[in-house]
Formats: sequence, structure tokens, C-alpha cells
Amino acid sequence: MDLFNAIIQVLDSTIRLSVPLLLACLAGLYSERAGIFDIGLEGKMLVGAFAGAASASVFHSAYIGLGMAILISVAFALVHGFASITHRGNQIVSGVAINFIAAGSTIMLGQAWFQQGGRTPALASDERFGAIVWPGADALRGVPILGPIYSELVSGHSVLVYVAFLAVPFTWWVLFRTRFGLRMRAVGENPAAVDTAGISVAWLRYRALICTGVLTGIAGAYLSMVQNGGFVKDMTAGKGYIALAALIFAKWKPVNAMFACLLFGFLDALSIRLQGTPLPLIGKVPVQLMQALPYILTVILLAGFIGKAIPPRAGGVPYVKER
Amino acid sequence: MSTPYAKLPAWADYGLIPVINLAVAFVVAGLVVLLVGENPFRAAAVLVEGAFGRGQGIAFTLFYATTFIFSGLSVAVAAHCGLFNIGGEGQGYIAGLGIGIVCLAFDSVLPWWLTFPLAIIAAAAMGALWALIPAYLQARRGSHIVITTIMFNFIAASVMVYALVGFLKPANSMAPQTRTFLDGAQLPKLNWVIELFGAKIRSAPFNISFLLALAMAFLVWVLIWRTRLGYEMRTYGHSAKAARYAGISETRIIIVAMMISGALAGMMALNPTMGDQHNVALEFVSGAGFVGIAVALMGRLHPVGIVLAAILFGMLYQGGAELAFEMPAISRDMIVIIQGLVILFAGALEHMFRPYVQALFASLSPRSVGIEAIKGKGA
Repeated sequence: MDLFNAIIQVLDSTIRLSVPLLLACLAGLYSERAGIFDIGLEGKMLVGAFAGAASASVFHSAYIGLGMAILISVAFALVHGFASITHRGNQIVSGVAINFIAAGSTIMLGQAWFQQGGRTPALASDERFGAIVWPGADALRGVPILGPIYSELVSGHSVLVYVAFLAVPFTWWVLFRTRFGLRMRAVGENPAAVDTAGISVAWLRYRALICTGVLTGIAGAYLSMVQNGGFVKDMTAGKGYIALAALIFAKWKPVNAMFACLLFGFLDALSIRLQGTPLPLIGKVPVQLMQALPYILTVILLAGFIGKAIPPRAGGVPYVKER
Repeated sequence: MSTPYAKLPAWADYGLIPVINLAVAFVVAGLVVLLVGENPFRAAAVLVEGAFGRGQGIAFTLFYATTFIFSGLSVAVAAHCGLFNIGGEGQGYIAGLGIGIVCLAFDSVLPWWLTFPLAIIAAAAMGALWALIPAYLQARRGSHIVITTIMFNFIAASVMVYALVGFLKPANSMAPQTRTFLDGAQLPKLNWVIELFGAKIRSAPFNISFLLALAMAFLVWVLIWRTRLGYEMRTYGHSAKAARYAGISETRIIIVAMMISGALAGMMALNPTMGDQHNVALEFVSGAGFVGIAVALMGRLHPVGIVLAAILFGMLYQGGAELAFEMPAISRDMIVIIQGLVILFAGALEHMFRPYVQALFASLSPRSVGIEAIKGKGA
């Protein structure tokens, strides 16, 4: 029973840890499917986290916080669009720039406004997104096996967790069952064809980037308003890059993205859980190896040793109309 | 397909447009300063005063600049070959492993002028090695170099933590860093050069690796513009198709360019370890690899431009420290914002003002932008 409880705990923290990855990964999916590389997921999550926590603590409302997180994150996504769509700049350079501006400005504004060394004030419970307890969760806790699964894994998460997992089928539906999704995929593969059909390539890509901004905003809000009771500097800690890795791992498909993020979240949860405990057969695994595993797996995947990851064809190439 | 932009006179292309881009980046940075309620002009004055006001400041400025020259050159060499090496941070960090091993092994037996070349080789080799795998994967397996080098940054961080808490730190110490290097692995200071001009310096880590950085800048210029290899790299950077058609081996050129880039990134680890802290510690690179991106873009990928841009960023780092002291509302993270803005305006938005400049030139003198036709006559 101890082992079972341990497994439930690891899976529970897997869900919690994979939510920001999942949201950021789906965010990246929108922009990359539309042909815009987005290294700046990290930065957009970070400004989302800061804007969310800062405005939640000023206006005492979690929902205003979430709204501001989305707004600021979308604004950064539009800067990326302005540079890479309107001015046909290098998308990777622009993404790197956004990460730096985000990293610097969140700490500096946080310090100037709240004077807590770059942190925002700790959020009260009504300024955060609390856990939603599903009906009967407490009553069923005693039931063996199914009880803990229902009450720990399914119930008891914040609304943003459910939003993240619902975003997966929703993204699938948008991508493969709507006109917008079809055109978005087309613009990522062959923008000239879309242009010939009389559809604005730029406007489509801007809309895809707005979707990206919304999702990274939610991801940031989750970090600072659910996982943590406030903003801490550099709190994304490379999650944007892991999300990017997960996106490649998932071969730019929404359902695969969920599994990739759950896998990376699971590795993270496991490395926390196993810190210092020796494993049977293998012996003691260095924590650093566990932490590096998502990156190593991505490199191996990229090298084509686990299937081939083929990015959208027009990714990274600014669209220039023929003249 | 032709380039979407017409030609400008060279001085406008290499002088005017970068200056406009930079000016806009600094204006936006000034707005951020306004946003936290300080006077941007006074902030700029404090910054320049802090960086160049006293000998001490100049020495620190040049100390920071040394690292940025290496990382800027690293980014530039790859960029000339059309590759974006975002992994300088990891390549520099992992080079610390090579430097650590060499210095710990030899600092008690060899003088510094023998340890230094060994450490240069070790650092360059480790950096090159760390760039080799992403380069190979890009060349042969088609995986995107940007993503793999980012991944390698994180892997390097894990490896270094493992090495530093494992075998590199002394057995009886808790801190994840090597022991302090002995005299045999401490680089001599260059502060006396500044003191020749009458400035007083209490203590500053400005050291001989600055000369190595300048030498490397010269060698990179020779490589890119005066050798066959550099010509091939530039050809490949301009048009991979043309390079292939000319019989340039794609695999070879990508791997060679990335390894040189990685070696340069590796050498940037010499300055903070052997030149300043006299040990290898966690996070000793502290973002210098990423500064290289801004430096390279600002220097227009030319060694002279890179040295100047590196000194400017050294000034921002040194002056920024003084600024944080003078104006508590402005922390050192202001530099990170400026860095981001420079990358944005000098890199991603480099063509934003070009059409306006072109229109201006066209109206002043049509000949300078290559418009030969007289108005009203055909065209």
C-alpha cells in the first residue's frame, strides 16, 4: 500500500509539473504550425507569471491577474510578430530578444514596484486559484485503489489544470476540424499557396501568435498563482525550452504534446522523489542525469533515432510576396 | 528572388543604420528607466561615469569586455556560415571542466606561462567538442542547430553540477567549486597598462586574456576574409545551394565552423576562472555566452565591430553595477533589458528603419541608391 501511495503521489506531482509545460507546448504548437519559430516561450511565460502575480496582489483578484497575464503575454507575442512577420526579421533572434527583455524587466519592475528583491508580495488564498474538489472526492477517499485515484489525481486541482488538459482536445479540434486550423497549417507548410488563395499570410500568422500569447499567459499565471503563491525571479527556469523540446518530441501534434509533457513532468517528479534513494539494479542515479534526461531525449529524437521529427516546412522563413 | 531591399552606400549600411537601431534600443531602455521613476539622462551619466570615470572602472570595463569579445566572435563565426550558435553559454561552461582539470593538475608544478597555453588548448577543445555533436547532428541528421545547442546548454549545466559536486571540489569542502588555483594558474594582471596613463587602480581583474581576445579577433578576421575556408564558410552562409553546387562539402563546413565557434566560446571561460576568481565555480559563465549574441549582432559580425560592441557591453556591466548602487530603483537587471533591446532592434528589427533611410537617400541623391533613370522617362 505504501508503494501504491508513493506512485499516486508521484503521478499527482507529475500532473502539477506538466501543466505549465503542456500550456507552453500547445502555445508553441500554434505558432510553429503557422510557420513562426518561437524560442520566446520562456520569456512570454515569465512576463505572464509576473503580470499575473503582480496584478492579482494589487487588485486582489485571481481573475484580474489571469487577464493581465494573458494581456501582457499577448503583447510580447505581438512584438515577436511585429519583428518576424511585419519586418521579416530573424525569428530566433527575435525570440532570444524577448527572453532577455522578459528576464530583465520582470526583476527590475518587481524590485521597483514591490521592493522585495524581485519577488511580488505573497498572494492571499483568494488571490490565487484554489483547488476544485470534485463531488464525492472526500467520501470516496477510503475506497481502495480507485478512491485515491479519484480524490488525488482527478479531483483537487485548480481550474487552470483542467483548462490545460481541455486545451488539448480543443487544440486538436481547432487544428484539424476548423477552417482557421486548416489555413494555419497551410501557412506553416506553404504560405505562397495560402497567399494565392487570397488569404492574408500575415494576419493568419498574427492570429496564431495571439493564440500562443494567450496560452503562455495562462502557463505563466499557473506558475505564479497556482504552483507558487507569488512571482519569484526566473521562476520559469527553462520550462519554455523544455516545452519546445516536448513540442518536437510530439512532432507538432496536440495529443502527442500532452503525452510528451506528461513524460517530462514525470521525469521531473521522479527526480524529486528519488533524490538520493538507490534504485534496484541500476544503483544510485545522479540527480543531474534525471534533470538532463528531457534534453538528452530530445537530442536523441532530433537525431532521428526515435522516429523522425519533421517540422512545418515554412518554419522560420519570413514570407516575402513575389514581386 | 531578389533581396527585398535596394542597396545603400556602404557607410550608411555599416554606420548609419546600426547607429539608428542602437539609438532606438537605448531610447526604449530610457523609457523603462522612466517607468521606474528615475531620470534616464542622469542614469546614463552615472553609467558612463561608473565605467570610464576612474581607472578602476576602466579596468573592470575591459575585464568584462574580454569575455564578451570571445563570445561575440564565437557567435559571429557561426553566423558567417549561416548557423546560429546559441550554445556559447554551454560551450563556455563545459570548457570550465577542461580548465579546472588542467589547472588543478599543473598549477603547483608549472609557471603560469606554461599552464596558460595548456588551459587554452583544454578550454578550446572542450568548447569545440561540445559544439561538435550539435554540428554533426545538423549536418548529417538534419536536426536544427538552434534547438540542439539550447539542449546542450542545459546538459552542460547538469554535467558541470555533477563534476563540481563530485570530483572537482576538494574532498573536505562543501562548496561546489574547485580549490583556489595556486600561482601557477593565475593570469598576470594588465592593470599597469591603465596605470601608465596616470590612473589609480586598487584592484581589478583585468588580465592578460584580454590580449588573447584581441589576437583571436585578428585571427577571426584573417579566417573569414583572408582564407579559403572563410570564403567557403561565407559562401555557405549566403547560399547553401550555391555552396553545394560549387563542390563545398556541407558536412565539413558546418562541423568546422561550429567547432571554431565552440572553441572561441570555450576560451571565454579563461577570463573569469584563471583571470579573476582563481577557481571554477557553479554558474561562473553567468550569461556571458548570451551576451555574445547581442555583441555579435551589434558589431555586424565584424571583429572590429565586435571588439567595440564588447567594450560597450563591458561598460554597461561595469556602469550598471555603479548605477544599481546610485539608484536603488534600477537593479543590474537593467543590463539584461538593454541586451534584449539591442538584440531586438539591431538583430530582429534591423530592417525596420531601412526603407525610411532609403527613401531619404533616394530623395537626396537618387544615384547613391542605384536609381539611374531620370524621373518621367520610362521606368
